[in-house]
Amino acid sequence: MSERLALDAKVPDGPIADKWDQHKFDVKLVNPANKRKFTIIVVGSGLAGASAAATLGELGYRVQLVTYHDSPRRAHSIAAQGGINAAKNYRNDGDSVYRLFYDTVKGGDYRAREANVYRLAQISVNIIDQCVAQGVPFAREYGGLLDNRSFGGAQVSRTFYARGQTGQQLLLGAYQALARQVAAGMVELHTRNEMLELVMKDGRAVGIVVRDLVNGDVRSLSGHAVVLATGGYGNVFYLSTNAKNSNATAAWRAHRKGALFANPCYTQIHPTCIPASDEFQSKLTLMSESLRNDGRIWVPEELGDERPAAQIREEERDYFLERRYPAFGNLVPRDVASRAAKREVDAGRGVGPIKNGVYLDFADALAQLGHDTIEERYGNLLQMYERITGEDPYETPMRIYPAVHYAMGGLWVDYDLMSNVPGLYVLGEANFSDHGANRLGASALMQGLADGYFVLPATINQYLAPLLGSDPVPTDDPAFTDAEREVTERVRALLSVDGSRTVDWFHRELGKILWDNCGMARSKESLEKALAEIPALRDEFHKDVRILGEGSSLNQSLEKAGRVADFLEFGELLVRDALHREESCGGHFRVEHQTEDGEALRDDEQFAYVGAWEYAGDLANPKLHKEQLEFDEVHLAQRSYK
Amino acid sequence: MRVTLEVWRQSGPNAKGAFETHEVDDASPDMSFLELFDVLNERLIAEGREPVAFDHDCREGICGSCSMMINGRPHGPEVGTATCQLHLRKFDDGAHIKVEPWRARSFPVLKDLCVDRSAFDRIIEAGGYITAPTGTAQDANLILVPKEVSDAAMDAAACIGCGACVAACPNSAAQLFTAAKIQHLNLLPQGQPERWRRTVDMVDEMERWFGSCTNHGECEAACPKEISIDFIALMNRDYVKAQFKQRRLAGQR
Repeated sequence: MSERLALDAKVPDGPIADKWDQHKFDVKLVNPANKRKFTIIVVGSGLAGASAAATLGELGYRVQLVTYHDSPRRAHSIAAQGGINAAKNYRNDGDSVYRLFYDTVKGGDYRAREANVYRLAQISVNIIDQCVAQGVPFAREYGGLLDNRSFGGAQVSRTFYARGQTGQQLLLGAYQALARQVAAGMVELHTRNEMLELVMKDGRAVGIVVRDLVNGDVRSLSGHAVVLATGGYGNVFYLSTNAKNSNATAAWRAHRKGALFANPCYTQIHPTCIPASDEFQSKLTLMSESLRNDGRIWVPEELGDERPAAQIREEERDYFLERRYPAFGNLVPRDVASRAAKREVDAGRGVGPIKNGVYLDFADALAQLGHDTIEERYGNLLQMYERITGEDPYETPMRIYPAVHYAMGGLWVDYDLMSNVPGLYVLGEANFSDHGANRLGASALMQGLADGYFVLPATINQYLAPLLGSDPVPTDDPAFTDAEREVTERVRALLSVDGSRTVDWFHRELGKILWDNCGMARSKESLEKALAEIPALRDEFHKDVRILGEGSSLNQSLEKAGRVADFLEFGELLVRDALHREESCGGHFRVEHQTEDGEALRDDEQFAYVGAWEYAGDLANPKLHKEQLEFDEVHLAQRSYK
Repeated sequence: MRVTLEVWRQSGPNAKGAFETHEVDDASPDMSFLELFDVLNERLIAEGREPVAFDHDCREGICGSCSMMINGRPHGPEVGTATCQLHLRKFDDGAHIKVEPWRARSFPVLKDLCVDRSAFDRIIEAGGYITAPTGTAQDANLILVPKEVSDAAMDAAACIGCGACVAACPNSAAQLFTAAKIQHLNLLPQGQPERWRRTVDMVDEMERWFGSCTNHGECEAACPKEISIDFIALMNRDYVKAQFKQRRLAGQR
């Protein structure tokens, strides 16, 4: 590992509250008649991608939108349940832009870039306005005004929601705005197409290579700029709450072409998921954090207590979050709640058939508020739980356990959301920028939409304006034909291994290595173990994977193989990052660095920086770039939710 | 538990398809229906046979990707449940289960159980939106929406666009999907300016692709989100009204 120069995020000068407005004034503009002369490629159709493509189209840019889904509306943003934060202060409970900013920096364990987070908090209020104007059916009061709920890591109610389907409704809003631009001819859709390479020429991103998933055609798209909105890498752990197809290939391919990958070790383990039931488990299902508003989390106090929950009396229960964190109680941030649950299960107080969960109990809320209110608030979630487990959460407490959920790390971007590669922008979960080492609930939707609706459309002009008059690089340029050849060769190589093990087998093995050694608790020893095992597994993959069928038709094993091949490379970087970060912060918990009562212990002297890795031709030896984090507004302190 | 699967196999859009029978004798009742296919596929690969292609993604019943006709019913026997959330505990040990792709001319088969549902996107592009370019919105609380109205809009907006309604319909009609999309917007105050134009444009686009509704109600029974066919009645009402309103609101064209 070698270190390089400090990174410049190009944060504008001036007071934090004025930076964004001043910057919007300072960036170059492209006049309306000239916008149509620019082509922008957007990869991914989730909240960030769809909102960016729709807004760029409205502004008059030509947009090419690529998604591997059969329709843009299926992107995994759709599965977000609980809500979206905004500093509206509609509750009159003391909320403000500054408080949302403060909560987010603190919640991220002081590892986020202040200026970005402040901008996010400012824009949050515009997002709600925008979404309501589009017809997003947010929950309402009887008087017709918008309703709010509370979420972890905050003591105000600032979360807007649409039942337990907030992500779905926000995505449909963005998708509908996108559909309007498709009909207007401003956005061209490329569905069931997967980006497999970033194309560079003269040091700039000039296009991508895609594979048509239906007929296997490999072809190029050329543009003035490339926008990646391709989501997070949680599926590197195999079992996660991510959709089955979510992957890191687009980001990883960009990384291999020079884009820096920042803070990959910041992975969020979500506290409220349904525990795994058997070896066939293909994914884990999240139960929205909003359930912690009314549900109480507990385990039996007695070790090895196997009685059903109903027989365990009140005084024999340990409401461990309320006991350890009286101020925030069941609403502590996700990383804190997850680790607390792990501690109870590791100590042998776990519940359920394989003792791998803790109770989330609605009995008190049902008694206080009644069945109807609980059903109205959480009906679809409780129904989903019943479907999956066969247990009725209105009768017996739910069982929950933490699971991999969100990636705070991602491609490094500057204040304009441009990576270190000129012309390559990265939005939403795919970038690293706003959540530090831990994301607060209901903030992912906020960031995806802020990036897509408001930030990128304002900042991309700065890059495009000087390019006026230049045509996109033609796709018969060697830059494109070489990249196409690389992709074709990679596909051919995967198909020709003809080994004995399936792609899923390798994916599961990789997931086990990462979860056991680089999951909720990490140590030097476990990380070094993972670093020995991952390259060996990767070699075995390329010698022994078995992919049937051909490259010239719909071949889901082949699609998965390409993604798992990239995960096998990315996983190693994740572990290296975790090993180098000799501190605990947010989702990254190194057992060597904890306080006496088991809380994460940061080292601000040495590690208050963004670790951004450069691929330098050797997976075992990436180069580290550092962006020093400055905290002018928020006072660095050990987080306390007591 | 043991299940026998009779699965539709078709190598490509223009290939001839046929059923293939497979036994899985060590299935777990806690498995989801898609996990059963994961297990089957692992075995097929081990035997050197191509795995069954099927669309799936979130496996939480919200993305709308999964699309299996199970024993002749879209998403199988469980009411209000998408295939990904159907568990084997709902079947008897030794069950014989027939699995096909959605059957509708406007959803052509791509391979095995995967179909092309892009006709739904065309319906949305025809008018399934509220024109509100980014940045033009007023403060959110300036638009009052009665809770009942918002709840009804949400009931419609819960549609996941899976296509079960079309697959269930003897006419392959898409009325339930289209009505849900139209009424989500038509019920809200924000949706009023484009209401009549939206209704006509979306219904006309739907008619280009799909069959006609003859009030069987199969769609409602198959819908994994239990969307009510009342929305179809509201859509029909709006469509008729639009024929008159359009003349007065000719400026909308």
